[in-house]
Amino acid sequence: MSEAILRAESLTKRFGGLTAVSEVTLELHVGQVHAVIGPNGAGKSTLTNLLSGDLPATAGAIHYLDEADDRHDLAGMKSDRIARLGIGRSYQKTNIFLPFTAFENCRLAAQSRLPRAWRIFRGADRYQDVNAVAERSLQAAGLAERSAMTAAALSHGEQRQLEIAMCLATQPRVLLLDEPLAGMGPQESQRIIELIQRLSAVHAIMLIEHDMDAVFAVAHRLTVMVNGEVIESGSPAEIRASSKVQQAYLGDAHGGPNG
Amino acid sequence: MRTQRALFQPVILLSLLSLLAMFPLVGETFYIQLLTKVMIMAIFAMSLDLLVGYTGLVSLGHAAFYGLAGYVLARVAPQYEPANLWTTLPLALAACAAFALLTGLLVLRTSGVYFIMVTLAFAQMLFFVFHDTPIGGGSDGIYIYAKPLVKIGETTLLNLEDRSIFFWFVLGLMAAVYLFLKRVLDSNFGRALIGIKTNEHRLRALGFPTFRYKLASYMLSGTLAGLAGYLAAAQFGFVNPEILGWHTSGGVLMMVILGGMGSLHGAVLGAFAFILLQEVLSNQAWFGDVAKHWQLAMGVFIIVVALLLPRGLMGAAGLYSRKPKEDPAHE
Repeated sequence: MSEAILRAESLTKRFGGLTAVSEVTLELHVGQVHAVIGPNGAGKSTLTNLLSGDLPATAGAIHYLDEADDRHDLAGMKSDRIARLGIGRSYQKTNIFLPFTAFENCRLAAQSRLPRAWRIFRGADRYQDVNAVAERSLQAAGLAERSAMTAAALSHGEQRQLEIAMCLATQPRVLLLDEPLAGMGPQESQRIIELIQRLSAVHAIMLIEHDMDAVFAVAHRLTVMVNGEVIESGSPAEIRASSKVQQAYLGDAHGGPNG
Repeated sequence: MRTQRALFQPVILLSLLSLLAMFPLVGETFYIQLLTKVMIMAIFAMSLDLLVGYTGLVSLGHAAFYGLAGYVLARVAPQYEPANLWTTLPLALAACAAFALLTGLLVLRTSGVYFIMVTLAFAQMLFFVFHDTPIGGGSDGIYIYAKPLVKIGETTLLNLEDRSIFFWFVLGLMAAVYLFLKRVLDSNFGRALIGIKTNEHRLRALGFPTFRYKLASYMLSGTLAGLAGYLAAAQFGFVNPEILGWHTSGGVLMMVILGGMGSLHGAVLGAFAFILLQEVLSNQAWFGDVAKHWQLAMGVFIIVVALLLPRGLMGAAGLYSRKPKEDPAHE
């Protein structure tokens, strides 16, 4: 297998006395969906925040291999730099520009990749390539028809789709998807699952998701977290068979990974 | 609807501008000077709106730039002779940009209420620098005996001592600042600023170095406020520490809020409404002794606007039926 594009090593995050993420090591590869599952409060979202730079890690390293094969340690880097290096994320709690149209949300996301941000006299709508990326992203997320609608007027599920479209519009190489299916109807969910499968061919994807059917449909590898720690990591078959995972989930009201 | 608006808006604006431009031909000296002051404040208000209405940074220290530019003109002008506009204006603007860079690096690390407090603190510091040190001539300030010269070689292009020409000069600059900001706000840079106002966290997560954008906006805003301050100092013929005080900052913030934050038209309208209303309410011929308490009436007016028109006077005018800042992609 090729070298990991992103590798978190002994990543730890403490909030005062609480260790939310403890010594987590995990690899993301292009062509793979790596699902991170676990009960609520396991530290999955915190892990995403550490990788995206939304939160600084207490300890550990995040190695990233960029397009030019240059190595970067993302730990301690600001979120905007991490994003520009090619790591895009979506948020569990919808985090969009509510007063803007769906198109403008994606256009702004695509604009972030322009090298020359300081041309202050050229109209923003005149960058055809940026517009095209924004439109493609809306299309991919199934929102093409909502392009001109204000984000605030979209349904909850559509706002979730927009969240993903914005992430795509930044043209990332690594996608960190934090519960992308939460709040979506079955039809939209199916569309997003197919989208993730398509994207995984040329992206490295980390997927946090509670919908186990979806997880086992798309994941190539799984990591199971409980109380901030990784208790198991492996292929879907290995995870299904793991006694540790079954034990962890048996004590949990949500049912097992098979359920 | 949109195409209609896109067609009619410039027509309406040009008509208003032409009407205003004709005023010196018919108006009395007092009113020409009053309207000149209003237009200078409109530039000041637009500069603040870039920060408050478009970048989401509420500053209560904008008078610092306004006053600084005035003091620069007063200090570098020869005592009884006119200053050269070509050198003094760029110098005043550069001083404001430098002060904005210096303070911006610090104040932009705060946000919300803290940003209000820190900007106020810097403005007050500057106030005391000019109030308490020999640089600023103390509380009496400094007189500027002649308006700056606009010359090329030995030919005077504009005689700013002529009140009508000064009026048109300010009118031209107001229009230029409006057009400049309109272009800037519709650029990628402007869209990013509006994004910062709406959801800075998300914008950063998309890969925007938001601090740099905010700093650029702060510097641009401060420099344009300096233009207003330079013109005001030239018009009134003196500077004193009051122009740096928090009353000045509060006044211009009031204009922006009154007109409707996040609308350049609103900032201009707010400046007109605020100063003309002040003039009317404090008119003793009309209101007798009550006129002394004009601030009371102004307070009531502002409360009424705030309660009834959350989007300011511009909201009432219906000229931006769909708030342009909220729908930038289709402006």
